[in-house]
Amino acid sequence: MTNRVVITGLGVISPIGNDHTTFWNNLIEGKSGIGPVTRFDASDYPAKIAAEVKDFDPLLYMDKKEARKMDRFTQFAIAASKMAMEHAGLDMEKEDPRRVGVYIGSGIGGLGTLEEQHKTLIQRGPKRVSPFFIPMMIANMASGQVSIHIGAQGPNSSAVSACATGTHSIGDAFKILQRGDADVMIAGGAEATILPMAFAGFSSMGALSTKFNYQPEKASRPFDLDRDGFVMGEGAGILVMETLDHALKRGANIIAEMVGYGMTADAYHLTSPSPDGEGAARSMLRAIEDAGLKPEDIDYINAHGTSTPLNDKFETMAIKSAFKDHAYKLAVSSNKSMIGHLLGAAGGVEAVATALTLKEQIIPPTINLETPDPECDLDYVPNEARKGRVRAALSNSLGFGGHNATIAMKVYEDA
Amino acid sequence: MADTLERVRKIIVDRLNVDPSEVTLEAGIKEDLGADSLDVVDLIMELEDEFEMSIEDEDAEKITTVGDIVEYINKNK
Repeated sequence: MTNRVVITGLGVISPIGNDHTTFWNNLIEGKSGIGPVTRFDASDYPAKIAAEVKDFDPLLYMDKKEARKMDRFTQFAIAASKMAMEHAGLDMEKEDPRRVGVYIGSGIGGLGTLEEQHKTLIQRGPKRVSPFFIPMMIANMASGQVSIHIGAQGPNSSAVSACATGTHSIGDAFKILQRGDADVMIAGGAEATILPMAFAGFSSMGALSTKFNYQPEKASRPFDLDRDGFVMGEGAGILVMETLDHALKRGANIIAEMVGYGMTADAYHLTSPSPDGEGAARSMLRAIEDAGLKPEDIDYINAHGTSTPLNDKFETMAIKSAFKDHAYKLAVSSNKSMIGHLLGAAGGVEAVATALTLKEQIIPPTINLETPDPECDLDYVPNEARKGRVRAALSNSLGFGGHNATIAMKVYEDA
Repeated sequence: MADTLERVRKIIVDRLNVDPSEVTLEAGIKEDLGADSLDVVDLIMELEDEFEMSIEDEDAEKITTVGDIVEYINKNK
């Protein structure tokens, strides 16, 4: 007998809002958070645009001494976690701290800290490298710091699986709750890599959009024929999940139920999806089976939808292969059309959006879908949000290395 | 001496987020001002920059109070 698991709190730091309400309102209005890069001088880089987090003040969530010892991605994680806990009405004074866990991943970790300290090493020598360099850079530190800040002594770990990180973290945390190793898990992803090294590296791969540098809000166009790469985003998305028993006992407000988790590997190529999106299809089917659902029960898929030529084509093929005829009846949309690709945080922020889709019964659009691609022929909810019945939904994240992760959620109903 | 203390105090207040009035010559860096071992290493680096000097590891290990810092700087700069 496994525990039922519900979502009771949401926290977001995103390119379109630094709380879940602002984020959601902008998402259903189809507002783009993409603009020229301001965090460094990108004039010599092929891609000059990004989905940056605006007006983030870490001191709203921690003091100056603490903030100084954290990379930006960890600051995002602390802020989003604290907001999610407040939203959940979770009071650590009333919880057994050993039954509250944290599972927050980052795809890359403290790259900004690494760049800065490497410069110090080269210019001033090894004795000038900060003692905080390692603890600021390592990708598990968001999970570590959140546990320290809130006093959560239960299960604590983090996934590092590139762009699948956020979904793996939430899925793994869901399983921890299902099997009874904790009562509450704070889970999601955080990323902050709008930085020279990341832009240089992703550009060399040809992964970033470069055709829309002077129309930034048009650059992320998942499933559109003219898409030419992803736009880098940053931020954090965090869920508070708990066992249903625990949520009912404390009278928590339930947003949605987490019901399934699937993960697979392509075992194919460093960066290219496997032909026909076979690995992603199995990931979706596994999540549906784990949820005790049938493919026909799924009304909506929050797609990985990166706006790269390959991803969107293969993800479409994967959906068709997994859902057969039903693929044309369900709705698919990509939040990345507005918030860009938050890499390891993408699955976290998109899980927040999926939970809100189930709660509000509104499907966020895929913006910039202007010229249909014959190879992408599903219902991507183009350009306008839609009211519609969504009983159960999936959220996909597919990462370099061939990692595929899918979570399944449904509308919460008692009994 | 007074000038050195003022400059040291400014760095400690900034790094350790303490009230300037707590930074007295007698104050223990770890015990009274709440620094951990990483903070101490960081602080020593800041002091080396501020006073344009090098503090050897074996000397740094002997520093426990704000007064020790001020005395070391005045003797060695």
